Amino acid sequence: MFWQQDLETIDRKRLEEVQTGRLQDTVQRIWDNVPFYRDRINSAGTKPEDIKSVSDIKKLPFTSREDLLKNYPFGLVAVPRESIVRVHTSSGTTGKPKAIFFTKNDIDRGAELISRCLVMTGMRKNDVLQNMMTYGLFTGALVMHYGAEKVGVLVVPSGPGNTDRQIALMQDFKTTAIHITPSYALYLSNVFIRKGIDPRKDLNLKRAYLGAEPYSEETRKKIEEFFGIDVFNSYGLSEMNGPGVAFECQEKNGMHLWEDNFLLEIIDPATGEQVSDGERGEMVLTSLCREGMPIIRYRTRDLASVMPGKCPCGRTHRRITRITGRTDDMFIVKGVNIFPQQIENVLMGIKGVAQNYLIVLESLDHMTVQVEIEKELFDGNVTHLVNLQNAITEKLKNEILVKPKVELHEPGSLPASEGKAQRVIDNRTL
Amino acid sequence: MGELKQLSVFAENKPGKIEKITKALADAGINILAISISSSGDFGVIKFIVDKCDDALKKLKEAGFTASLNDVLGIELQDRPGGLHSVVQALGNRSINVENAHVFVAGSRDRAYLIIEVDDINHTRELLKNDGLTFYNS
Amino acid sequence: MIWDKKAECMTQKQRESLQLERMQKTVKYVYEKVPFYKKRFNESKIKPAEIKSLADISKLPFTAKADLREGYPFGMFAVPREQIVEIHTSSGTTGKPVVAGYTRNDLAMWGEVMGRTLTMIGANQNDVIQNCYGYGLFTGGLGIHYGAQRIGATVLPISAGQTKRQLQVMQDFGSTILTCTPSYALYLAEVAEEEGITAKKLKLKAGCFGAEMWTEKIRDEIEKRLHLTALNIYGLTEIIGPGVAQECPKKNGLHIAEDHFYPEIISPDTLEVLPEGEKGELVLTGITREGMPMIRFRTKDVTALRRGKCGCGRTLVRMDRITGRSDDMLKIRGVIVFPSNIEKALLEVKGVEPHYQIIVTRPQFLDEIEVKVEITKKMFSDEVKHLEKLKQEIEDHIEEKIGLRIKVTLVEPKSLPRSEGKAQRVVDMRNFK
Repeated sequence: MFWQQDLETIDRKRLEEVQTGRLQDTVQRIWDNVPFYRDRINSAGTKPEDIKSVSDIKKLPFTSREDLLKNYPFGLVAVPRESIVRVHTSSGTTGKPKAIFFTKNDIDRGAELISRCLVMTGMRKNDVLQNMMTYGLFTGALVMHYGAEKVGVLVVPSGPGNTDRQIALMQDFKTTAIHITPSYALYLSNVFIRKGIDPRKDLNLKRAYLGAEPYSEETRKKIEEFFGIDVFNSYGLSEMNGPGVAFECQEKNGMHLWEDNFLLEIIDPATGEQVSDGERGEMVLTSLCREGMPIIRYRTRDLASVMPGKCPCGRTHRRITRITGRTDDMFIVKGVNIFPQQIENVLMGIKGVAQNYLIVLESLDHMTVQVEIEKELFDGNVTHLVNLQNAITEKLKNEILVKPKVELHEPGSLPASEGKAQRVIDNRTL
Repeated sequence: MGELKQLSVFAENKPGKIEKITKALADAGINILAISISSSGDFGVIKFIVDKCDDALKKLKEAGFTASLNDVLGIELQDRPGGLHSVVQALGNRSINVENAHVFVAGSRDRAYLIIEVDDINHTRELLKNDGLTFYNS
Repeated sequence: MIWDKKAECMTQKQRESLQLERMQKTVKYVYEKVPFYKKRFNESKIKPAEIKSLADISKLPFTAKADLREGYPFGMFAVPREQIVEIHTSSGTTGKPVVAGYTRNDLAMWGEVMGRTLTMIGANQNDVIQNCYGYGLFTGGLGIHYGAQRIGATVLPISAGQTKRQLQVMQDFGSTILTCTPSYALYLAEVAEEEGITAKKLKLKAGCFGAEMWTEKIRDEIEKRLHLTALNIYGLTEIIGPGVAQECPKKNGLHIAEDHFYPEIISPDTLEVLPEGEKGELVLTGITREGMPMIRFRTKDVTALRRGKCGCGRTLVRMDRITGRSDDMLKIRGVIVFPSNIEKALLEVKGVEPHYQIIVTRPQFLDEIEVKVEITKKMFSDEVKHLEKLKQEIEDHIEEKIGLRIKVTLVEPKSLPRSEGKAQRVVDMRNFK
């Protein structure tokens, strides 16, 4: 089953024509409406009319995460303000977050793409989707919500957490599909075991969409086995709409990236040169249809490769592998993207904290931040230390939206900050 | 009037931590007169009353410990049934909030003191002045 | 600005004929589609054809929250399950939650009444709406969201919490409209003051505040501190969510979208319909709902209806600000809480004995709830961290069960007042005067 069969099985040659036209249109729009891009493209010695085919994309400059932060909040908007109907942002307050703007058409298009993804995995209007991603400024839940409603699926907007209620909702509404982070799926399975619920017998679940956190093939198998369902891998990023950029079909062998909406390049992160299909590198994406905030050659920092060959499902859009790493020091806890710099910024602003710190990752939903107390401010009072510990926890939560466990350590006991200290110890096996 | 000084040392809850501190004090020839530990779960503060507190602080800092010296109030305990009770009763009557307390036996071994940590020592002393208590005085 | 001039400003006579037509259609529809209503109507010996005037609605039986719970989950739906595209549930959980099911048309109608609501407070497509109501199963977040998208305003789906971030975002995007609970608005103002963010640095011009009871005094305070026009919004999950009624800038009551939700005021004792202007319990009938129409739903909210012209030009009936409840339900930070839920959650924690007190206060403007729990001798251990752990365990469990973090204080055995008869478990120390 297809949602838009003609577009999903489009002939590759025809696809390239579509991409070329849309790329030219996008470049012209940002040239006309976004001074930042006009300068950038100019500095690269390129004019919109130089883009004659998709391979001319190489003549365009990259866009980095820093560019988005620098242009926060409105710098990259390409339409008049009254055409913007929605804003999503990443976490962060001390450093600026990223802001992503949507017009009415952007939202409709995002929903269209999700509809493709859901129908591709077998969802129909008599299905019930329990959406356990966080609703709000993150794109994950709302974009999925709009897409599922477009298909006509019943959406239960449960959000994450409140596990007893999640289980009751799954039983009562005969939920057939869940949209969930891998860590929460694993947590749920433990709760089921504890409560003696066998999801294979006691629930109506057929499939799960896992996203927002890295996980392995073993974890997928484990979840599929335990729940008796198909687990589909999903890829998206708020800069490109949120979820629905690439999605697995029922073959569960790589994610089809919707190339009529996004132009995909895989580059060598060191040289910026494109690598060939099958070679691992950094994914670079260009939005081809976005109106509110088009982004060209976005350095996702995600490492993956294109899977060569045709997919038996009949879709012609190329598949990417699961994300196998990052080119920067970002890590993900509880589905939230976190940069060590954000944590450093918060810690440096708190009196009583020395300069060394260490982030220890033990699981997908827990992190420990070890900090050194300031020698001079130690007054022997336990209450003061507990207050300090609580204040650090609170401030970090405010910044990264995840509540870490904060440990106080003696000055000098953590690795020194000279040179490039390793700030993140990742003890997780995915 | 010299206040009683208490030595506080920050300690992560790890086996062998106290041993390291006491060794540093022993090596420096410091006599420990009383000890108490306040723990919050994953870290704690170890408190000592010692004979040479300024030396002790210096030695501990040299040895890399996080330590500080604070004033505490020592109240003499009568060596009879109800001795502690009468002191505690006086504290309760004056609504004095005690953050931490322990008992210390003076060097001469003939007197015991209740050591209390309070927000404002002078104010506390003032509040208790008519309660017939004897304070430690060095 | 008026979003739908025709619907909002028609004459009383025109509207009554529209209401009657819709009511007759709905009554017939639920009789045919919802077995629950068929049974109820039959028990009351009433046939849909007997509804000949609006006043005849008093012949129909009431629907109570308990009926919705009994019919849980799909019992009140009037369409096959596959036509329902969205589910919301009430925030509290006394056993089973209340479920609301929406068809595509219901969602369109919701967007429409929310479009009216937001236009009424002065919003249009140039505005940036910072929506701090919780997103998800709660209707507040998505209801406002749909309305904002309907009128083409920019919506910031920031949801609840993260106050400093809210203020940062408010400045960065120049938010002009604020939607949240009144207590949260005051909390925002307080934190803004602490952070040195003056109201002048903000661009707020109006806000709709609801989901809990508030007063004129609180309105003055919000307006003074945030430099905006603070207006009252009313709605409930069973009927649709927010969008049932909204106050216009004339501030003389909330206009009910009565072409969709037919209002009555009854005496909670005699259940008789009361004349205009008299205070009683609000009863609502959804006369355009497709997925789940409610017949004479008892809201338990106490108010009065006022006819007569409003300076804004709308002819929609106005209701007074809600001044009370006809049951003991509490609303804390916008979440429905029944003390019995807290009790139930509390007693599920191992080792806790049933000696506790739930204290509701409003130290300033923000409702606070605190639970005092006596520890047992058995539980007592000299290690502070064990008690700290128990306290957290209780707080976690209550949060898990009722969706709200509540401060728990452990008190000594036998220190809470005992009584011979019914123990006073709930102490409501708030003052709404």
